[in-house]
Amino acid sequence: MTARAIMQATDMQRALTRIAHEILESNRGAQSLILLGIPTRGVTLAHRLAEILESIVPGSSVPVGSLDVTMYRDDLYQQPTRSTAPTDVPVSIDDMTVVLVDDVLYSGRTVRAALDALTDLGRPKAVRLAVLADRGHRELPIRADFVGKNLPSAHGERINVRLVEHDGEDGVEIDEVMSV
Amino acid sequence: MKHLLSTRDVTREEAIQLLDIAEDMSAVNDREVKKLPALRGKTVVNLFFEDSTRTRISFEAAEKRLSADVINFAAKGSSVSKGESLKDTTQTLAAMGVDAVVIRHGASGAPQVLAQSGWIDVPVINAGDGTHEHPTQAFLDAFTMRKRLHGAGSRGKGLDGVKVNIVGDILHSRVARSNVWLLQTLGAEVQLVAPPTLLPHAVNTWPVSVSFDLDDALAQSKPDVVMMLRIQQERMHDAFFPNEREYSNMWGLTQERFYSLPAKTMVMHPGPMNRGLEISSAAADSPQSTVLEQVANGVSVRMAALYMVLTGEREVTHD
Amino acid sequence: MTNPDLLIKGATLPDGSRADILIEGTQITAVGKGLSSASATTIDADGLVVLPGLVDLHTHLREPGYEQSETVLTGTQAAALGGFTSVFAMANTLPVADTAGVVEQVLRLGDEAGYATVRPIGAVTKGLEGIQLAELGAMANSRAAVRVFSDDGKCVFDPLIMRRALEYVKTFGGVIAQHAQEPRLTVDAQMNEGEVSARLGLAGWPAVAEESIIARDVLLAEHTGSRLHICHLSTAGSVDVIRWAKKRGINVTAEVTPHHLLLTDDRVESYDARFKVNPPLRRAEDVMALREALADGTIDIVATDHAPHPIESKDCEWGAAAFGMVGLESALAVVQTTMVETGLIGWADVARVLSETPARIGGLATHGQKIQPGIQAELVLVDPATRRNFGVEDLASLSHNSPYLGIELAGQVVATIHQGYLTTDDRTLVAADVVSAQAEVVARG
Ligand SMILES: [Zn+2]
Repeated sequence: MTARAIMQATDMQRALTRIAHEILESNRGAQSLILLGIPTRGVTLAHRLAEILESIVPGSSVPVGSLDVTMYRDDLYQQPTRSTAPTDVPVSIDDMTVVLVDDVLYSGRTVRAALDALTDLGRPKAVRLAVLADRGHRELPIRADFVGKNLPSAHGERINVRLVEHDGEDGVEIDEVMSV
Repeated sequence: MKHLLSTRDVTREEAIQLLDIAEDMSAVNDREVKKLPALRGKTVVNLFFEDSTRTRISFEAAEKRLSADVINFAAKGSSVSKGESLKDTTQTLAAMGVDAVVIRHGASGAPQVLAQSGWIDVPVINAGDGTHEHPTQAFLDAFTMRKRLHGAGSRGKGLDGVKVNIVGDILHSRVARSNVWLLQTLGAEVQLVAPPTLLPHAVNTWPVSVSFDLDDALAQSKPDVVMMLRIQQERMHDAFFPNEREYSNMWGLTQERFYSLPAKTMVMHPGPMNRGLEISSAAADSPQSTVLEQVANGVSVRMAALYMVLTGEREVTHD
Repeated sequence: MTNPDLLIKGATLPDGSRADILIEGTQITAVGKGLSSASATTIDADGLVVLPGLVDLHTHLREPGYEQSETVLTGTQAAALGGFTSVFAMANTLPVADTAGVVEQVLRLGDEAGYATVRPIGAVTKGLEGIQLAELGAMANSRAAVRVFSDDGKCVFDPLIMRRALEYVKTFGGVIAQHAQEPRLTVDAQMNEGEVSARLGLAGWPAVAEESIIARDVLLAEHTGSRLHICHLSTAGSVDVIRWAKKRGINVTAEVTPHHLLLTDDRVESYDARFKVNPPLRRAEDVMALREALADGTIDIVATDHAPHPIESKDCEWGAAAFGMVGLESALAVVQTTMVETGLIGWADVARVLSETPARIGGLATHGQKIQPGIQAELVLVDPATRRNFGVEDLASLSHNSPYLGIELAGQVVATIHQGYLTTDDRTLVAADVVSAQAEVVARG
């Protein structure tokens, strides 16, 4: 197995900044906006996006939370038992624009679970999806609104998003698994 | 986790995972929509061969909040009271297609017999068996302690160094047994306090210290937690102690004893309480008492337990 | 008319010497080297040990009353497959064997089946209730000639009744076999009281409940000058009491079961009711003390306490399950595994504890004799080299509640000879019609 670097720290920073601008553009500003990260790395990315938003629109202070989707997954009986993570939504999502944030978009099943989880929390005005990397292979009719980088990949490959807060460095790499 | 039969089988890692999941379940219990879809389409049967409305409704609430379909099976007035065996009852349920069994039974070991019988091949949760164990009670007790001690920072933590005194009828208590093993696994220091008649003969082989003198125990160990156990009615006339008054004077958490405790000492009781016997109202109704928290936490912990035994890949052991 | 003659070639006798054994009719007619017979069926016993047919002083045959568990026929088939040629049938049947009528019925059923000599044990008290003496004399003087009396399953608890019984059976040279269990100390008891019971939340059965009754009864036996037999010793403390009593000259004998020589109370951790037995399985220290006591003669005999139960009495939660395990088919293998393979005793001792002494205690002159010409042919041939995972196919009992299923045991019975004919041949039970026909030939003389 060999790892191939796809994004460096500076690429990642640039991608997040672009996503932040696109969010502001589509939302026409930073009002009525909430960023909800999907644990674990989605939450970290959501916090980074919020910082960038605040640097672009000083004093904007966009609320950030986490949305655990474990209990809403459709593969609870195919995988070993998953631990849950906290769901922490600091303000009501009613009539807000929720931006779901995740590191990698793949089958779309996690996002489907997130949409169900949101339904149990309230009725947002709109839900958008921001991802750092979109590797294709969707299994559901779901697409991202904001994409850091499109990464066409093979099924056997793994995309690793590395973040300073968890891994000590920023970067995205692909593990190429030998086919057998 | 395939079954939850005894806290002795649970590793520290699994125990903390269960408590952490229970934290997230407890957040769900605080919100408007108190329901999660995790067990949608799964049927859980509450198989109660012994009356216990409290435990049964706690499990039922947990099952419903995880969207499971619930079948309640109480032995009283059913074919069981007419002599139908555990085996026949279970095979009947298996034929109906249930996905998990929560069982309370008067015979120690009945849940384990069920789990290894081959009569039914589904996860089994022990909701109290004879004088053996009551694992979810121990988990809700540990959860309550952890929450009081660490609050929002509870996640990932054990109960290392926490001093717990368990007081009362240890011999017949499934709550005590489950607590002894789980608390030890989580790193707590357990002391049992009881008259010698109400301690198991071989209690010296347990990972606990033992005292016969409650005042001495409270003064010496300065416990973080005092857990009072219920004295069952049927013990009162079987020469375990002379009478209720003497028991209460020597091993009850009387008002006087309670006031001598530091303000931070938690007072726990699995319920239902005999006020004036093992616990005074002063203790039971004080802010130090966790009795109602224990009830609330019971639902969260049982949701976590159900989630852990029901989800995950299941290897088929019988065909 | 007589049954076919048998010639056993090259068997190893209990003393280690090798010999041929010729059986004509019901008798052994020659023991020696190079025997031959034109008419006899030859049994090649090269590598096999020959012992006097085993005698079990403690068997539950269940008939009359509990025929879904065992009958006299199936119980004696189990005996034959295990190398036994005589069993003493316990009295806790329905009706209880407390009258001449019941013991004669059991005797007749045993004779008809023909697999082993069945000697009924009479109840000590009416209905095993411990209150009023049963008709001990009528049973002794019946065709069944009862000499062993026991309320087994229940303890003769009342010390005055016990004293009277010990005295009364002296009339006809009888013996009281006591099931030593203090009833108040064992209310609802489920297993040995100790570390395991504390953990499993099962009501404990303290060793003292057994030891205190044995202590009382050896003193009563001393006082009355009577003969006392203690059933199924299970604790190290009981061994100490018996050792003390024998040193004092008290006329007491003691038995141990095969399962108490092998199994310990940690088996109960599975809550598998096959391990539920009365008296309960004890600690490893007790097992070691029992083995040592059997080796040094403090314990006189091994008796099976063969206790068949139907599936529904064992395939259930521990508290609801019946006490007891089958043991006739496995007894010799367990004794070989625990006592011979460990070097504690030799084959001559096996003959003593499983045949000679139980026959003597039970007053059974035709069994448990030294293998020599002129005795009734009651023999068992054992292959000590066999190793097998004991399985249901090794059982002949109607019930399958054996604790040894899946456990490796040493040795296997190859042939059993009762009254001069084979009841087990080539490790397989001989068919019931063949055996009963041969028994009838013997009965007609
Ligand atoms: Zn007995």
